[in-house]
Amino acid sequence: MAITDAPKIITSRLGYDDSHTINRYVATGGYQALRKALTMSPAAVAEQVKAASLLGRGGAGFPAGVKWGLAPADVWPRYLVVNGDESEPGTYKDRILMERDPHQLIEGVLLACYAIGAGQAFLYVRGEMALAQERIAEALNDAYQAGYVGKGILGTDYSIDVVLTWGAGAYIVGEETALIESLEGNRGMPRLKPPFFPAAKGLYMQPTIVNNVETLSNLPWIVANGGEAFAALGAEGSKGTRMFAVSGHVRNPGVFEVEYGVTTFRDLIYAPVYAGGIRGDHQLKAFIPGGGSAPWFFEEHLDLPLEKVTVDKAGSMLGSGAIVVMDDTTDAVKACLRLVRFYARESCGKCTPCREGTTWLERILQRILDGHGRPSDLELLLDVSDNISPGLTWPPKQTTICPLGPSATAPIASALGRFRDEFEARITVAEQARTSVPVELKAPSHA
Amino acid sequence: MARLSPDNVTLALEIIGRYPRPKSALIPLLHLAQEQDGHLTDDAMAHIAELVGVTPAEVLGTASFYEMFKMEPVGRYVVNICTNIACQLLGGEELLEHAEHRLGVRPGQTTPDGLFTVEDVECIAACTEAPCLQVNYRYFHRITHDEFDQLVDDLAAGRRDDIPPHGTLARVRQHIPPERRAGCVLPEDTATPVWIASASTEEAEA
Repeated sequence: MAITDAPKIITSRLGYDDSHTINRYVATGGYQALRKALTMSPAAVAEQVKAASLLGRGGAGFPAGVKWGLAPADVWPRYLVVNGDESEPGTYKDRILMERDPHQLIEGVLLACYAIGAGQAFLYVRGEMALAQERIAEALNDAYQAGYVGKGILGTDYSIDVVLTWGAGAYIVGEETALIESLEGNRGMPRLKPPFFPAAKGLYMQPTIVNNVETLSNLPWIVANGGEAFAALGAEGSKGTRMFAVSGHVRNPGVFEVEYGVTTFRDLIYAPVYAGGIRGDHQLKAFIPGGGSAPWFFEEHLDLPLEKVTVDKAGSMLGSGAIVVMDDTTDAVKACLRLVRFYARESCGKCTPCREGTTWLERILQRILDGHGRPSDLELLLDVSDNISPGLTWPPKQTTICPLGPSATAPIASALGRFRDEFEARITVAEQARTSVPVELKAPSHA
Repeated sequence: MARLSPDNVTLALEIIGRYPRPKSALIPLLHLAQEQDGHLTDDAMAHIAELVGVTPAEVLGTASFYEMFKMEPVGRYVVNICTNIACQLLGGEELLEHAEHRLGVRPGQTTPDGLFTVEDVECIAACTEAPCLQVNYRYFHRITHDEFDQLVDDLAAGRRDDIPPHGTLARVRQHIPPERRAGCVLPEDTATPVWIASASTEEAEA
């Protein structure tokens, strides 16, 4: 067990009822990092973030400092886009940060824009999150009045507008190029990379850095305490702390900020201070380690640390920090269908393998669940999956522009790989019903 | 029939002014229209097209992509019940079925009195609080069947004025005071940002 007493970096204010107000924020050290940064050069601020080795917290886990460096030198203007479109199944942490500590996010945005030289920032919040939109609007209005945002910030020559904008219900918009399309007023369909890497050709075809809410919320602490203090926490390759949401069949579901790379799945799922173990007298059947798109883990993976490289090598990902625990009462076919249905519903329709493939995967799984499955259906599921993600390898290959389609194959490969007997049992019942029931043919009587 | 009201046009122009390209304001403006009428009318979309400088077809093209935009009238209260994985494990599908029986409608349908629309939705980011639902995008966590019935009764009796009618999202809007405004940076503004330029000058001098 490795439950550490690492400091709370991004959830330190959540104990206060008024954690979302500017008064509480300023009273607890808020906007001090901004004051400090304004005495440093933009390059020095970027250097601190690089030294922190802060990995992006949105899903892909790309180092934030490196991402900033991908913008071509001396091409202006640049934009910063904040990805607050949290919608990966099982993920619940960015909403908490937006609703309950919006100033921390805003300060993070200001630090990032200062460091990269962004001319304008757009804070894109998921459409369904009305309270987050209200809290950020209020926080921005207060921060403008207090001189932290806008023209001549704190009396310096640093000026920037942070614009609150929001979506209208589309999972795919969490993908950064789709988010940029949405922000340009279009249907949220991903762009092809290359050439449309946002850092080179993003919003309005200008260099654009897209960062996740949790990623940016770390910046005030990093700048205030130094990148090295952040990098002193966690393990090689996974520094600092990170938020994980543990949901499903556990005694105490919750969102926990833990030291990254050190804490294990077993700690998080079983420790009384965290999720407290499987509910009732039940046993663990499987768990999703990083959101709906991640291949499932089982009993034998419990002692892996929550560390990016280790989990990647074990065949899955920490993704968006969403752990969904399934106990022995879980119907693997039903759970698999529900996840696949999500991708079928959320496919934007741009790429044929995803649009057609996810739809067929859902239909085949539905007929298996309904007792109409055919013996050839299991191979058919794998064949359709293979057309979306050739070889069903990890990390996944794709015949599509974005990873949404391949994500639909993860629950199939996992559930079918581990619980094939459950699928077969349903098909056997269906087959018996089809072939063994004596059917008496009678001529209709017209008596 | 339902173009944007004069007050909403004022708001719309303020919103458009925050973006380097007017079309970027499209989704916020569609929300504004939906707040005014409860759903998107053809007239409102045509009006938005005029304000933004695109064709009505382009407005419809964008609007029709997004789940939250309703092209037909919906209930005063849109009840979104999550059945995605974390909620499914803890009774989300049973809660949806209960709601269908209680209100007598299938997902996507509206009760005859025009009060409730039920939707079977995807993950709404409250996974540790399953099963969860939203009414007009306001959250209700760990909800039992009895609590659901109570909620429906309260809404029908007008006892929940904390939940605005469908269409209203955030009740607090961003407002940038003109004297504090830094201004839009257009893609054509290729100058080096002032604070970047001054930092490199200082560096050169040092």
